[in-house]
Amino acid sequence: MATSETIRGLWVVAYRELLRYVTERSRIVSSLAMPLLLLVVFGAGFTNVIGGMAPGIDYIQFMYPGIIAITVLTTSLFAGISVVWDREYGFLREILVAPISRTGIVLGKATGATLQASIQVALMLLLAPILGVHLDLGIILGLIPMIIILSLGLAGLGIFLASFMRSQQGFQTMMQIIIFPLIFLAGVFFPVNNVPVWMEVISKVNPLTYGVDAVRQVFLGIEASVVGLGVTVGDHTFTMAQDVMVMAAMSAITLTAAIWAFNRQE
Amino acid sequence: MTTQAAGGAMVQVHGLARSFGDIEAVKGVSFDIAEGEIFGFLGPNGAGKTTTINMLCTLLRPSGGSATLNGFDVQRDRSDVRRSIGLVFQQPTLDEYLTAEQNLRFHAYAYGIPKDVREQRMRELLEMVELWDRRGSAVRTYSGGMKRRLEIARGLLHHPRVLFLDEPTLGLDPQTRRSIWNYLLDLRQREDLTIFLTTHYMDEAENADRIAVIDHGEIQALDSPAGLKAMVGGDLVTVGAPDLGAAVSEIRDRFGIEATLGLDTLTFHVDGGEAFLPEFVRGFSQPITSIGLRQPTLDDVFLEVTGHEIRDEEVSDYDQLVQSMGRGPRH
Repeated sequence: MATSETIRGLWVVAYRELLRYVTERSRIVSSLAMPLLLLVVFGAGFTNVIGGMAPGIDYIQFMYPGIIAITVLTTSLFAGISVVWDREYGFLREILVAPISRTGIVLGKATGATLQASIQVALMLLLAPILGVHLDLGIILGLIPMIIILSLGLAGLGIFLASFMRSQQGFQTMMQIIIFPLIFLAGVFFPVNNVPVWMEVISKVNPLTYGVDAVRQVFLGIEASVVGLGVTVGDHTFTMAQDVMVMAAMSAITLTAAIWAFNRQE
Repeated sequence: MTTQAAGGAMVQVHGLARSFGDIEAVKGVSFDIAEGEIFGFLGPNGAGKTTTINMLCTLLRPSGGSATLNGFDVQRDRSDVRRSIGLVFQQPTLDEYLTAEQNLRFHAYAYGIPKDVREQRMRELLEMVELWDRRGSAVRTYSGGMKRRLEIARGLLHHPRVLFLDEPTLGLDPQTRRSIWNYLLDLRQREDLTIFLTTHYMDEAENADRIAVIDHGEIQALDSPAGLKAMVGGDLVTVGAPDLGAAVSEIRDRFGIEATLGLDTLTFHVDGGEAFLPEFVRGFSQPITSIGLRQPTLDDVFLEVTGHEIRDEEVSDYDQLVQSMGRGPRH
C-alpha cells in the first residue's frame, strides 16, 4: 500500500510539474536566461584573451559543458520554488490531503525538475553547432545520466531549503545567495587547480564542481582532465565514474533531507 | 443536549484535543455525526474549528483523544480516511495556472480514479456546478464564486462519504452564497453525503441538521437549530424608554420578567411575543420610545451560550483582506 502511494505520488506530482512547465513559457525563458548570459558574456570576453586552454581545446569548448551544468542547476534548484508557490497559493493542501505519500511528493517534485532540466539542456544543446562545439549521439547519450543524477541532487537541495521558507521572495533571495558562489566556484570559467588555496578548497567541496567535471568529460574525455582542466586532489585526477559517485552521494543526502523536511511539516 | 447521533455514526469523535505549544486550541471535543447529516461547527475565528477539521482530515495529528471516520481511525488509517473525505477549504487550493479540467484530472490521478469513471464523473460534476462550458479556461480567470464551485466539484470527484466545508462561502456575495447552498442541499439528496461544515455565518449554520457551538476550543452546546433557539427562552423584546432603570423595575414588578439593560434599550425574553406585546403596551405606565419583537436567532444562542457575540472576535487576516477588497461578508 505504502509503495503504491509513493509511486502514484511521484508520477502525479511530476505530471503536474511538467504541465505547469509547458503552460508557463516565461519559466522556460527565465531559467535559460542566466546560462545564456554567462555563455555570451564570458565567451565573448575571454575567448580572445585566453585563446586555447589546452591543445585543441578553446575557451568555448572548455566553458560550454559548465554552462550545461549551470542550466541543470538553475532549473533544478527552482523545484523548490514550486513548493513555496504551492504553499503560498494553497495548492500544497490539495497535494497533502491526497492519498499519496510525502516521500512520493518529494520524489515527484524532483523528477519533474529533472525532466524540465533535460528539456532545458536539450534547448542549450541546439547552440552547440553555432558555437563550434562538437556534439554527437554518444555525447548526448552520455549526458543523460549525468543530467539526471545532478538534477535530482540539486532539486533535493531546493526542496529541502523550500521546506523552511514561507514566501517566494525569501526563497528567491536565498537562491541568489547560494547560486552565485556555487556557479563561480565550480570550475565552469577556469580550472579549479591553479587558483588560491581558499578558492581551491571551496571549489573542491562544492558538489557542483563534480557535476561540471562529469559533463565536461562527456564532451572532452578524460584527456582534458589529465592536462589540468579537470579536478585533481593530490596527484589523483577524478574520473567520470568518481564524479558520478560524488553526485550520487549528494543526491542521496539532499533527497533524504528533503523528504525528512517535508515529512516534519504538518 | 444531544451528543449521540441517531443511526450509524459516520464520524465519531472522542475527547479530541490539540495543543500548539502552551495553547490548547481544541480541548477535548466529543460528538458523533450520523450518515447523511449536515453537521455544523459554529464559532468565531480562532475557536478551534479549523484545527478540529484538520485533525479529522489527517492533516494534523491530535495531541489527545481519538476519532474515526467512515469506520477508519484518523491516526492509524490515514489513507483510508483520505479516500473517504472531500475537502473544501477556507482558502483556495486550486492551481490557478491550470484549467478546471486539468485541476480535476490531477485530483483524479492522485486518488487513483479509474479512467472510465473519471471522465464521466468530471462531466457530471462540472455540469452540476455550471462550469462545463468553462472547463478549458485557466482557473485564474474565474471569479471567486466559480473557484469555490470548482473546489466543491473537485472535492466530490472521488465519491467521498463525508464532505468537509471549512467556511465554504467566506468572502462570497450573498447571491453566490445562496447558489452554492442550493448545490450542497441538492447533493446531499443525490449522493447520500454527510456534510461537516464550519462557519461563522449564522444564516449559513441554519442549513445544518445539528450545530455544535464551539468557543475557546470547547463545545458549548450541541443541538438542532430549533433546539438551540429554544434554549434562549422565547421571543426577544426590545424596548426603548427615557428612563430605562425605571422601566426595568416596572417590568419586574408587573410581569415578573428580569430585563437586561442595554446601551439605549432594554431587552427581555418572553414566550408568545405577538400576544404579549399588546398587553404589555396597554398596561405600561411609563413613556415608551420604541418597541421591537423578533424570533431568537443563532446570534442570540451564541451570546447566551458563550456570553459574548460572535463578531466581537478578531477577524482573520484573510477576512480582513476580503473585506478591504470591498466584497466582504455582510453580517
